[in-house]
Amino acid sequence: MNPQEIISKHKPTQDNLLNILHDLQNNNPENYITTDAMDLVARYLNMTKSSVYGVVDYYSMLSLKPRGRYIIRICVSPVCHIKKAGGIISHLENTLGIKTSETTPDKLFTLEVAECLGQCQEAPSMMINEKVYNNLTEARIEGIIAQHK
Amino acid sequence: MIKETRLTLQNIGKINPESIDDYIAAGGYEGLKKALAMEPFSIIDEMLEAGLRGRGGAGFSTGMKQKFTSKSCQDCPQRYVVVNADEGEPGTFKDRVIMEQDPHIYLEGTIIAAYSIRATKAYIYLRGEYTDSITRTRKAIADAYEKGFLGKNILDSGFDCDVEIRLGAGSYLCGEELTMLESLEGKRGNPRIKPPFPAEKGVFGAPTLVNNVETLANVPLIIKNGKEWYRKFGTERSPGTKIFTVSGQVSKPGYYEVELGITLRQLIDDLCGGMLDGKSFKAALLGGAAGTFVDASMLDERMTYDNLKEKGATLGSGAVIVMAEEDSIYEVLHSCLRFFKHESCGKCVPCRVGTTLMVKDLEKLKNGVKDKEALVQKLVKDSKMIASTSLCPLGQSPILPMESAARYFTQELIV
Ligand SMILES: Cc1cc2nc3c(=O)[nH]c(=O)nc-3n(C[C@H](O)[C@H](O)[C@H](O)COP(=O)(O)O)c2cc1C
Ligand code: SF4
Ligand code: FES
Repeated sequence: MNPQEIISKHKPTQDNLLNILHDLQNNNPENYITTDAMDLVARYLNMTKSSVYGVVDYYSMLSLKPRGRYIIRICVSPVCHIKKAGGIISHLENTLGIKTSETTPDKLFTLEVAECLGQCQEAPSMMINEKVYNNLTEARIEGIIAQHK
Repeated sequence: MIKETRLTLQNIGKINPESIDDYIAAGGYEGLKKALAMEPFSIIDEMLEAGLRGRGGAGFSTGMKQKFTSKSCQDCPQRYVVVNADEGEPGTFKDRVIMEQDPHIYLEGTIIAAYSIRATKAYIYLRGEYTDSITRTRKAIADAYEKGFLGKNILDSGFDCDVEIRLGAGSYLCGEELTMLESLEGKRGNPRIKPPFPAEKGVFGAPTLVNNVETLANVPLIIKNGKEWYRKFGTERSPGTKIFTVSGQVSKPGYYEVELGITLRQLIDDLCGGMLDGKSFKAALLGGAAGTFVDASMLDERMTYDNLKEKGATLGSGAVIVMAEEDSIYEVLHSCLRFFKHESCGKCVPCRVGTTLMVKDLEKLKNGVKDKEALVQKLVKDSKMIASTSLCPLGQSPILPMESAARYFTQELIV
C-alpha cells in the first residue's frame, strides 16, 4: 500500500494522528516516517506540517530517520537493570557490531534502549519489532539475532 | 497462609480471551444489563458507596469522579470516557494481563461508566508497545458491537455508545491523565495545567472521565453483585482487591490479586514462594519508579492506600520490586532517576535541568566525592525543590524514590 492509501483508511480527524503515524511507519520497511508522508498527513488532517513533524519528533516509538528492518528495543528500567540488562546490551552491541541508537550497515537491525516493557516478571526483556523476548541471557542473544537474518 | 482473591482476574486462564461467548457464559455482560435497567445516578451512588478507589496510582474515589463528570457543564453536547491503558510505570504489568487475557471485563466496565455519566463515546488510549493487548481489545470491541453491547440502542435501552482505540507511542508522561488528553487530540505530549480537571474540561474541551483499566474491570462486578458484596473485601477505607505485580528477587514473580490490607511479608512469603534461592530481603520499591523504597521494618505493615501513606510509602500502581541483600540501592535509585531524566518532556526548567543534575550528582557518590552524606542530603533537597517548582506531576515524582532511599539507606549510599 502506498502512503496515501494507508492514510485514507483512517478518518480525517486529528485524534487519529498517532494511529495513522504508526500505520505509516509499520508499512515502511525502513521503519520511519518520510517527509513526503508527513506532508500528506498534514494535508489530510488539515494540520501544519510543523505540528505533524513536532509530534513525530516527540514520541520515542516514531522515527524521522531511516532505521533497520528490525528494531530491537531493550529495557533498561529498574527491574531489567537489576537483572543485568547492562550485560545483555554490551553483548548485543558486540554481536551486531553497533552501539545503541545505531543501525547495522546491512540495514537489518537498529538497537535502541527502552523503558519498562511491562514484562518485569520475566526480566530482562526486549522487543524485536512487535515480538517480546523475555528471560534474556547472553547465551540466547546470537540465536535470536540469527533467526532474523 | 493468605490466598489470592481473584475478582477482576476471575476469568484468567479459564476462558478464551478471544471468545465473547466464553465471557458471557462466565456471567459477563450481566453487569451491563443490570446497569442499563438502572438510572445513571443510582449507578454512581452504588459506586460511591462501594468505595472503589482508582487503581491507576492516585487512589481517588471512582464514584466521586463519575459524579463530578456527570454534573459538570450541563449544556455540553458531549461527554467522554477515556480509558487509561497506557501502562508504563516500571514494575507494573497488571493492565496488560487484563487486556490480554480478559479484555471484555474492562470493556464492559467502560460501557457502564459511559452510561453512568451519559457519555456516548469512549476512547481507549492503549500503549503502543502492547501488541497483544491491542489485538485482543480490537477483537473484543468488534464482537461487542456484533452482540449489541456497543453501537446504537444498546440492548434496547435507548443508550448509544461507541468505543475506539487510540495508540500511544512510547511516552511515559502520556500516562498522566491531562497529558494523555493532549496526546489523544493528536498533539505532542505536553502536560496541561490543573485545574481545570478532566471532569470539567477534558478531551476536546468536554467533560471527561479518565479511568485506569483495572479500575474499570471492577465496575461490572460491583454493579452485578452490589456494594455490600464488594465491601466484604479489603478494609473500610480501602475496599476491594488490588493486583500487585511482583518482580525482582522472589521465587515466583508475577501478578497476584489480593484483598487490600495484606502485608508485604504475606505477599512475598505466602504468594511469591518467598525470596529467590533463600536470599535475604533487603528492600522493596513500592509503586515503581514514581514510588518509594521500604526496608524490612515495613514488612508487616498493612498495604492500604492510607496506611502506607501515613508511613511515608506509596501503594501506587501496585508494582512491588523486591531487592535482596546483594542488590545495590544505588543502582536501582540511579535507574529511577535516569528514567525521569529520560521521560521529562523538557517544558519546564526545574524538571528538565533538575532531573539531569540529579543523575550527575548521584553518580558523584561513586566518583570519590568527600562528603557523601552532604551529597545525599543535597539530592533530597534538590528533589524537593524540583517537586515544588515543576509544572506537572512528573516533576513531583523523583522525590519519592530519592527521599525514601535516603531515609532507609543513607548508610549504604555513602559507603
Ligand atoms: C507521570 C505519570 C504517569 C502515569 N501513568 C499512568 C499509567 O500508565 N496508567 C494509569 O492508569 N495511570 C497513570 N497515571 C495516573 C493518571 O494520571 C490518573 O490518575 C489515572 O488515569 C486515573 O485513573 P483511576 O482513577 O482509575 O486510577 C500516571 C500519572 C503520572 C503523573
Ligand atoms: S515537570 Fe517535567 S514532564 Fe512535567 S511539564 Fe515540566 S518538564 Fe515536562
Ligand atoms: S523493568 Fe524491564 S520490562 Fe519492566
